[in-house]
Amino acid sequence: MHNKTKVSVGNRLVTILVVGVVALALYPLFRWAVLDAVWGNPGPDACNNASGACWPVISEKGALIIFGRYPAAELWRPALASALLLGTAIATAMPRFWNKALLLTWIAAPLAFLTLMGGGVLGLPSVPSSQWGGLPITIMLSVFGIGCAFPLGILLACGRLSSKPVIRWVATSYIEAVRGVPLITVLFMATFILPLLLPSGWNISAMVRAQVAIILFTASYLAEIVRAGMQTVSKGQYEACEALGISRFETYVKVVLPQALSMVIAPTINTFVTVLKDTSLVAIVSISELLMTARQALADPVWRTHFIEVYVFIAVIYFVFCFAMGKWSKTLERAYIFSKGRE
Amino acid sequence: MLETAITLRNVEKYYSDFHVLKDINLTVRNGEKLVVCGPSGSGKSTMIRCINHLEEHQAGSIHVLGVELNDDVRNIARIRQSVGMVFQQFNLFPHLTVLENCTLAQTLVSRKPQDEAESVAMELLTRVRIADQARKYPGQLSGGQQQRVAIARSLSMRPKIMLFDEPTSALDPEMVKEVLEVMGELASDGMTMVCVTHEMAFARSVADRVIFMDHGRIVEENTPAEFFDHPSEPRLRDFLSQVLH
Repeated sequence: MHNKTKVSVGNRLVTILVVGVVALALYPLFRWAVLDAVWGNPGPDACNNASGACWPVISEKGALIIFGRYPAAELWRPALASALLLGTAIATAMPRFWNKALLLTWIAAPLAFLTLMGGGVLGLPSVPSSQWGGLPITIMLSVFGIGCAFPLGILLACGRLSSKPVIRWVATSYIEAVRGVPLITVLFMATFILPLLLPSGWNISAMVRAQVAIILFTASYLAEIVRAGMQTVSKGQYEACEALGISRFETYVKVVLPQALSMVIAPTINTFVTVLKDTSLVAIVSISELLMTARQALADPVWRTHFIEVYVFIAVIYFVFCFAMGKWSKTLERAYIFSKGRE
Repeated sequence: MLETAITLRNVEKYYSDFHVLKDINLTVRNGEKLVVCGPSGSGKSTMIRCINHLEEHQAGSIHVLGVELNDDVRNIARIRQSVGMVFQQFNLFPHLTVLENCTLAQTLVSRKPQDEAESVAMELLTRVRIADQARKYPGQLSGGQQQRVAIARSLSMRPKIMLFDEPTSALDPEMVKEVLEVMGELASDGMTMVCVTHEMAFARSVADRVIFMDHGRIVEENTPAEFFDHPSEPRLRDFLSQVLH
């Protein structure tokens, strides 16, 4: 037990020293971002003599960074679409919503997202996907990417541990092949090589190709994490199910996977965080996700000197999502491991 | 009703080159309590695991309640429905509560409605005197409590035969008694039981018959009184002198 009365002088000194060093290191940043910064919306000239951050660039370019070149009059559509998708993701993160209605939501939310974004029906003006951009794209690529790759990864993990050699061979080859190449290569292949392989007349949009690439890539990583989890489940669990007459399929669904997944919560969500950040790589195949729209905002010569502010802005957006996922990971671990006396 | 519950005829089992079971012949009557003992590696666990097909035998025949255990998966499923098993390591489902451990197979295999499965489970948990812990997780219980839950879980499928594979070997000494008591009550209710155990006092008071295995063979088979008081086989005499202190 921690005993407060016995904190030594040495400990106190170390604490003071560390706090001091951190404060000293962070003070210039604080000065730049807050004390010396220009706030509000006074126009670009106001920043000329400022030594701190120029935040007007965000109020000026914020809409472009967040929504890309989506028509300005229709911005409520990507906003609502993103909210629907995020809402679905947040509900999925909470075990109390794990029921059949959630499965239906996973069919409805993507449809609603695509309808709102694309329009052309229900009186919504049509907006081609080449004009979609910014945060909605990052959210779409991440939520669809994680949402589809996770079940696929579980299937691959089960395949790799299957007793049937053909299934095991297919799953293992897939995992090793995809895991063995960088995501950028997969994206390039999906963008430039896939169209050559498809019959002529098939035209899959760049967005779909990038999305599929992210899903297939992530699935191979998740498969290995899930497999590691499945290998922590003892043989006795399978035998108990067999002795009770529980079918193989139900043994996996009700007994093995719940235990396996709860053992690998941290690495699984770690991969989710990686997916979110890796969506920024699709910029190289000309898809305007958040990082790309930030760069587009900086193309304006009036504001281009304030690139640091813009990058800080999108870094904060990424951080909020990633930090939330980290917290989520801790919450799930508490709910699924420690509360059951299994630590 | 059939007179015999389990028949093993000329059963042989190999683990690749290793000959684990050699010409096993055994009949267990309905309602009989059979205790199997023997040194470790003698094949006793393997033998009872063959009875519900957790292990496959390579030659000979096994009949359980008139159904032959062969490659027909329907036969295996039928036999498993009527045979319960309790393991040395309990093998409870750690992610489910005690109650859920006892309802899972009922709802999945027997397709019982949840409330009916729960009332069966509570009745059995009361019988093994652990109903007050129904909402806890296995990891929060002692070994003896866990093993009693495991017994209740097996009973939830209403088996006609119960197999016990060293049910008290993984327990701290002070918890052995509570598990043996539950097993003793089960025996007096008329359950057909096959127990692999080293609890000789239990064997003497509960068993109708005791068999001794060594190197994959049944080398002695007798009533408990004869088995313990007049062992004929020298290997059994050695074994008893070691376990009876």
